[in-house]
Amino acid sequence: MIYFDKVTKFYNGGIAALDDVTMTIEPGEFVSIVGHSGAGKSTLLKMIFAEEIPSEGTVYFESNNIAYFGKSDLNKLRRKIGTVFQDFRLLSTKTVYENIAFAMEAAGQRNEDIAADVPHVLDLVDLSEKMDSFPRELSGGEQQRVAIARAIVNQPDVVVADEPTGNLDPISTYEIVQILKKINDLGTTIILTTHNKGVIDSLGRRVITMDEGRVVRDDKSGHYEL
Amino acid sequence: MAFLINIKRVSRAGFIGFLRNGFVSLTTVLIMAIVLFVMGALMMGGAALDATLVQLQEKVDINVYFLTDAPESDILALRDLVSELPEVANVEYVSRDEALAQFRERNKDDQLTLQALDELDENPLGASLAIRAKETSQYEGIAGFLENETAVGGGAQIIEKINYFQNKAAINKLTSIIDTSERFGLIVTIFLITVSALIVFNTIRLAIFTTKEEIGVMQLVGASDWYVQGPFIIEGSLYGFAGALLALLALYPVSLSLGPASQAFLGSFNVLSYYANNIGWLFFILVATGVGLGALSSFIAVRRYLRLTN
Repeated sequence: MIYFDKVTKFYNGGIAALDDVTMTIEPGEFVSIVGHSGAGKSTLLKMIFAEEIPSEGTVYFESNNIAYFGKSDLNKLRRKIGTVFQDFRLLSTKTVYENIAFAMEAAGQRNEDIAADVPHVLDLVDLSEKMDSFPRELSGGEQQRVAIARAIVNQPDVVVADEPTGNLDPISTYEIVQILKKINDLGTTIILTTHNKGVIDSLGRRVITMDEGRVVRDDKSGHYEL
Repeated sequence: MAFLINIKRVSRAGFIGFLRNGFVSLTTVLIMAIVLFVMGALMMGGAALDATLVQLQEKVDINVYFLTDAPESDILALRDLVSELPEVANVEYVSRDEALAQFRERNKDDQLTLQALDELDENPLGASLAIRAKETSQYEGIAGFLENETAVGGGAQIIEKINYFQNKAAINKLTSIIDTSERFGLIVTIFLITVSALIVFNTIRLAIFTTKEEIGVMQLVGASDWYVQGPFIIEGSLYGFAGALLALLALYPVSLSLGPASQAFLGSFNVLSYYANNIGWLFFILVATGVGLGALSSFIAVRRYLRLTN
């Protein structure tokens, strides 16, 4: 469903953040991407939801070249991709409920659907009791669970998680990984980047290892090795 | 239908944002209020200036004094001629008898003069025309016309003197004062409005700067540009609306305290009655400016942070 064809990305200064990357991600996969800081993991993810466009090569989403997407196509694309980040990126002036509802409102969903689906995903991440809290009133792990709930509420095809456990304690990390596995079991493709060896080893799923912008290893059921 | 729902959601988000960003909203509204207060004060000051100038202009006229033996029919003919000139606002005829009555009234405490007047067999005063032009700058032309008319009119000389030539220097000076103050007022107004607009824009830009990360998040979640901008534009309009109300309220005590003083100093113009009579107009101008400025500033400010654009 996602296909990178010889993708290279230069940032200003001419250093290649991505260097001739070719890979395919199939529907329903749980893919982890590992590598040192600066190996190109985040750039690779940004290519998927078109925050960055390739300098060379092509990124396809469901056989469509993302570079040709217009504004409204991009908005639709981003509603098919849920995103989760290390720094949570919640809307600070909105409550937990409103943060999640916002993603549905922006997608033009009906009020009845919003009223039905938001409590459902909150239940999935076990935050039903905190739906009227503001993000600043939550712990890091709770905030990340809100971010995941927001990422999945529009029933996306893919969830892209960029170091979602980077700021969390081991127990919260475990909870987040369990939630991601649960979402994957429900059929959603997950693309995860992480520095956490324990997370990768406990998953036992496909691991792509990157170094200096290149894919150096791609194991079907890999371990964390750099 | 979907469009209406979006409008509703955007407006609601704008109102909620306005209320929840309490401190930022408060400071922005206060700055907006100060700016709009200055604007309202400028409008009222401008009106005071205009009223004063009009009043001064009304005090200026030229008088044509006729010889005592000038036939009244000739004078009235000249009056009709002059009143048809496009520059002339009105012409007032003072007959010999009226002139005498006015003279007596003016000197009613001066027995000596009145006695001297009574000694005379006949009324020593001539009739006169008081001519008022629409603009002070037009007096020269009217005076020139009268000069020509009496020269060309041939026949008997009926005009004794035209006081324009005595008042010329004063009238010219007044004309230039009016021109200068109108131009100066315009420049000051434009300058202050520009400064005000920049202050408001910068304030709103700073208020939105704190949410620039969140604008990116909204886009990542798949919100369209206008869906992201909408609530900010509503918020900006609310700043303007609230600021305009505050400014209008603040102008009341100021007008109240300056009312009697302005009446005493400027004569016909009373700040308080201007405020009372024009409150609807003031409200409209201040609200329109506030809302327009707030909405436009928000629109421009948010657009800078819509970074996920291809």
